[in-house]
Amino acid sequence: MSKVPQFSRAARWLHWSMALLLLSLLFAGLTMVRALEPWQLTLLQLHKSFGLVALVLVLIRLWVRMRTQAPALPADLAAWQRVSARLSHIGLYACMLAMPVSGYLMQNAAGRPLEVFGVLTLPALLEVDLAVYGMLREVHGWVALAFIVLILVHVAAALQHGLIRRDGVLQTMTGRRRP
Amino acid sequence: MAQAVSWWRYALVGVLVGALALAFYVAATGFPSSKVDAQDFVDLQQGATPHEGFRRAHAKGFCVAGDFVSSGALADYSTATLFAAGSTPLQGRISIAGNNPMAPDLKAPVRSLALSIETAAGDVWRTAMNTPPVMAVRHPQDFYQQLVALGNGTIQQFFAEHPESATFREWAAGYRASGSFATEVYHSINAFYLVAANGERQAVRWRAVPRAELVDTVPAEFADSDDALQQEFTARLREQPVVFDLVFTLAEASDDETDPTVLWPAARTEIVAGQIVLRSATAQLEGDCNAINFDPLVLPDGMAPTADKILRARSAAYAESYRRRAREQ
Ligand code: HEM
Ligand code: HEM
Repeated sequence: MSKVPQFSRAARWLHWSMALLLLSLLFAGLTMVRALEPWQLTLLQLHKSFGLVALVLVLIRLWVRMRTQAPALPADLAAWQRVSARLSHIGLYACMLAMPVSGYLMQNAAGRPLEVFGVLTLPALLEVDLAVYGMLREVHGWVALAFIVLILVHVAAALQHGLIRRDGVLQTMTGRRRP
Repeated sequence: MAQAVSWWRYALVGVLVGALALAFYVAATGFPSSKVDAQDFVDLQQGATPHEGFRRAHAKGFCVAGDFVSSGALADYSTATLFAAGSTPLQGRISIAGNNPMAPDLKAPVRSLALSIETAAGDVWRTAMNTPPVMAVRHPQDFYQQLVALGNGTIQQFFAEHPESATFREWAAGYRASGSFATEVYHSINAFYLVAANGERQAVRWRAVPRAELVDTVPAEFADSDDALQQEFTARLREQPVVFDLVFTLAEASDDETDPTVLWPAARTEIVAGQIVLRSATAQLEGDCNAINFDPLVLPDGMAPTADKILRARSAAYAESYRRRAREQ
């Protein structure tokens, strides 16, 4: 059983900065694929560059998660809630990885150069291929939907712990937990 | 958790989660705005029964390949390496407007040339050019209404309500389609910037001007075919490459580079950037161009888009058409 009262400072910092980044990426993505507005191109370029920042951050985060201990859930939590918590967290990590990886590769398959913030050009890892593009584009769209559903469930669960159960689980990530 | 939980705590959780869900819904659908979006545009372009696997606009066409042979004349205006003197391979596509991949070539009102030029270093320039030199309207919402009006027979009324279409109508009245894809002039319509090493921007438009001698009508041997222009072009390529001059027009301070409905005065400086040399043609589903989305906002370092609202609307619409046909592979 884990002895630590809360998530490490690094884990908390990564959690909240990535929460902000990923929500922004989701909203930017949903908006820019529809927009016929003059700012569409700028938003698209920011989406790609920050999407690659998210890829770097999620790799660091997975590394931090493996190396540090996470706090235990309260002992009185029902078994189904423990299992759901675990599965939803695995799902969130899977989405965090699948989104930027599919984004990167679909640009390769479309033969579009990938410039990060207009300074660094990344290599193409895939050949140009319409069917492969089609598959990756659908992955990027459908995983985004699954990600949104998981985020809503995650937020609801966190608020349930913080406002209804008031069992200190929310505080393990806000960092206000007093042991 | 023995203590009773007051109702407002449940309500607060519901409101917060509901608000986030609502925000996602609004971002994904645009609700409650009724503005035309990229999906509406492509829905209209593809028509009631989409031709699966094909582009939703300019559906009929074929792939071409060759080189862009740059004269180096634009090197002072743009840092793009493909404008330095030398040759860069290109993939292209020649097409007719419309959503039907089987449409008769000779019935199409608009003919097109699209290019994707990629340097060895991976810089890419894509452009999709049409036979008209200007748009009839300057806003994507109006362009949508123009397509609606074309479809339901109210286009004359639409033009009357849009005086900015005057230059376009004048061009349409004087235009006579030629007998070959190789003898048309293809225009960028939208303006872009060339960006020099010192950061200076020069607004430009370009057009591909045929080197081949004008042929007024399609040779009789092809004229009866729905693919008359494709057959003529393939036959022509067997004799020699098809060549266009790529001519850039430089705007002056008094020209509005964000307005695609007006022509710039004929006295503007023109520079021949080099030649588009087309050496081979392939059926579109077998050719390299099939995987390419000729999004005109894919620009190399040394070029930048203007704020032209029509130009800025193109990227999202092209991507939606690309997504649909890619999914259908
Ligand atoms: C965690 C990171 C990312 C998230 C959460 C994310 C999210 C999204 C979302 C929600 C959409 C709209 C999907 C739809 O409506 O079907 C989208 C579209 C898109 N994303 Fe991402 N994305 C991420 C990373 C990336 C990366 C790294 C790239 C490329 C470098 C990228 C490139 C794109 C492109 C090009 C589109 C538009 C595709 C089109 O126009 O058809 N994304 N993204
Ligand atoms: C708001 C304005 C416009 C919209 C919404 C629009 C939409 C589209 C769409 C959806 C496609 C199919 C793309 C694909 O699947 O690859 C397309 C193709 C094309 N468009 Fe536009 N277009 C617009 C303006 C223009 C203008 C101003 C020009 C000419 C300068 C132009 C020239 C072309 C050409 C040549 C193609 C065919 C490219 C190819 O061979 O793949 N379009 N357009």
